[in-house]
Amino acid sequence: MSIFEGLRFKTISSPIHRIDPRAKFIYVCVLFAIAVLFSQLIPLLILFFSQMPLIIIAKLKREWLRLMRGSMFFAAIIFIANMVSLYFYGGTQSLAAVVEHSLAMTTRFLILVESFSIFFATTSPDMLSLSLEQIGVPYEFCFAFTTAIRFVPVLAEEAQTIMDAQKARGLELERGNFIKRVKNYIPILIPLIVSAIRRSMELAEAMESRAWGASKKRTSLYSLKMKTKDYIFIVASIIVLLVSIYVRFFISIPSVTELMHLG
Amino acid sequence: MAVIEARNLTYSYPFADKPAIEDINLAIERGEFVLLTGPSGCGKTTLCRCFNGLIPHFYGGKLEGEVWVAGLKTDEHPIHELAKHVGLVFQNPENQLFALTVEKDVAFGLENLGLPRDEIRRRVDWALKVTGIYDLKDRAPFELSGGQQQRVAIASILAMQPEIMVLDEPTSFLDPLSARSILETIYQLNRELGITIILIEHRLDLAARYADRIIVMDRGHIILDGEPRKIFLDDRIKLVGVGLPKVVRLYLALRDDNVNLKRVPLSPEEASRLIAEVLNSDRS
Amino acid sequence: MRRCSTLIEAENVYFIYPNGVEALKGVSLRINDGEFVAIMGQNGAGKTTLVKHFVGLLKPTKGRVLVDGVDTRTVSVAQLARKVGFVFQNPDHQLFSETVEDEIAFALRNFGFDEKTVRERVDWALNLLDLTQYRKTSPFMLSGGERKRVALASVLAWDPKILILDEPTIGQDAYQKERLRHFIIQMNQQGKTVIIVTHDIEFVAECEPRVILMVNGRIIADGDAREVLTDTVAIKEASLVLPEITQVFMGLNDLGFSWKVLGVYEAKCLILERLRGVRI
Repeated sequence: MSIFEGLRFKTISSPIHRIDPRAKFIYVCVLFAIAVLFSQLIPLLILFFSQMPLIIIAKLKREWLRLMRGSMFFAAIIFIANMVSLYFYGGTQSLAAVVEHSLAMTTRFLILVESFSIFFATTSPDMLSLSLEQIGVPYEFCFAFTTAIRFVPVLAEEAQTIMDAQKARGLELERGNFIKRVKNYIPILIPLIVSAIRRSMELAEAMESRAWGASKKRTSLYSLKMKTKDYIFIVASIIVLLVSIYVRFFISIPSVTELMHLG
Repeated sequence: MAVIEARNLTYSYPFADKPAIEDINLAIERGEFVLLTGPSGCGKTTLCRCFNGLIPHFYGGKLEGEVWVAGLKTDEHPIHELAKHVGLVFQNPENQLFALTVEKDVAFGLENLGLPRDEIRRRVDWALKVTGIYDLKDRAPFELSGGQQQRVAIASILAMQPEIMVLDEPTSFLDPLSARSILETIYQLNRELGITIILIEHRLDLAARYADRIIVMDRGHIILDGEPRKIFLDDRIKLVGVGLPKVVRLYLALRDDNVNLKRVPLSPEEASRLIAEVLNSDRS
Repeated sequence: MRRCSTLIEAENVYFIYPNGVEALKGVSLRINDGEFVAIMGQNGAGKTTLVKHFVGLLKPTKGRVLVDGVDTRTVSVAQLARKVGFVFQNPDHQLFSETVEDEIAFALRNFGFDEKTVRERVDWALNLLDLTQYRKTSPFMLSGGERKRVALASVLAWDPKILILDEPTIGQDAYQKERLRHFIIQMNQQGKTVIIVTHDIEFVAECEPRVILMVNGRIIADGDAREVLTDTVAIKEASLVLPEITQVFMGLNDLGFSWKVLGVYEAKCLILERLRGVRI
């Protein structure tokens, strides 16, 4: 599941982590817009690599590499699908042009993955839930969201323990035909469900004991305030978008194939 | 007036055919450190749930008699109101932490109470410092060790500044050193801040030395209630599944052979001192 | 054929979890047929990781583990489990059947015993752990201590040569612990090799097995309970606490007592001896 590693938030501190989630969200939208705006390889590659400084500042190099490796399977499918469709149904294009276009589409996909990753890996779910709260989503929903994220690793570990416990009693998950294999999972699912129910009861007790629902006007330890740097970040993102639109419509961009011919 | 008082308290869980606790009469004074013990299934956890209103508000069932906590009758006040006076710390640290950072967790109760932000900040920092986990405030709870998680749970209760803290086997998942240091912290809260402590604990060897009073339960009843040294000398304690600390057993074994230590030791250090006294007086 | 009495052998075992945590850093040990061993250490010292190797749930990253002469990498968990019964810390991680009887039969059916044998073994295990009255009860209706016994019965039913218990005393009261201690000793006397993983030093002091101390994925001490549990340096390094009675005698060191004392009875004898000037 290396692809999810790159999307999982890590508690580290960097200037990117400290940017307001809303500002980051606008930035990601801008990236999406530009990626969709262009369909040529060169601007898309520039866009792809222009994220590198951000990734380095956010200390995400390792996660980025893992994410790219994890995305390779989907990237390959996109590349091949584009190749096949353009080559057979794309008309009179040269092979080089087909390859270039397919690469461009693949790069576009990678940009989408990359920007998602920058957003999720640098925005703590706490902050995300807080920004949801501040735009008016009910607190119960936001609480459920963060609690779910909090318990994902716990449940994953528990599932592993249960699997080990049953394997130690001779359960072989991979044995038998399809129906038998599905049945093999019952001894794992039942303890997992029972334990999740027990856990949720305990959680509810703990919440009640800490005055859940005491006040209609719940306060929060943190509040998100857009600071100057967040506004600068938003303004910069929008300028980049405007420049991109200008470039897209008023400047002609050569393709790699053309450049090679000129050379 | 007692800070906790139970009068003729009997409680049955929904669908249960017999009461989990029966005819409990109990008064706990402000500032006491009470150790509540007894074999598994004796009703000690049930009794604690009565102290902050989880029983009857959360569990339902049938409650007879009265429980008064900090001057409030528990069945007439909602849990969140009682929570300002009584904090509960549970056995499994994992299932009482919800947030993704330590400080957010400690703030949870205060946020629920709707306190102003700077007040929350002040109290969170204070609670983190008192429990010695200020350095961990930005960490995720699931990355911490069991002992650290239990400290977070204690801090999050402490931040609500309750007069009474009830801890349900807080050390049972911890290794001995962490268990010891958690108990030290609890003791410190009792001595320095005057918080009334009710500690459920099987490991009397670790906990007895801190207690002003031990209550022993068996099959839903309180069977012994008093000063630790007295309780340990009562023969009835041997009949229920309560493990006497080894130093107490050594005291009793020596007594059987007519060697009388001056008093019942509650810790190894005390036992060494008392034994040395006997040996030295014998020599002189 | 030469009779080989070594049942479990770990040779320089290293283990690294997928997340990069190095849990075992060169562990070597031998456990003989019929031994009773306690593996101790702080949470996170690698105790559970090590014993999971004995039933093949984990395979060494480097080095090798032999169980009854077989390299664990060459066989499946199910094959090893026939010889090695592993009782997990929390019974709720394995109970799933409608009745206690089915729960105990589960492993027997997995191992392919015929129905007649299954029935015999279930009866035997129910009886052994005093659960016969709960035969038709749902395991979920039982108390915590009873669930723990069902889990134990469900493993003992196939009569494994080696019994591994992970933190068997957690959450148990004094009476349950006492009962467990008698049971373990009985199993061991009947020839089973018993391995317990625990940080409950008082429990170990009462059982007096061979003790292996682990710190940070390494073994730092291995020997008789009396030697290891009273080794102040090793116990401190392992972040454990000396047994109560040992602590009492540490405090009596000035009077010329040795502190290598574990039990209440021997403590009493030593003190009386000193008082009366005679050996008892």
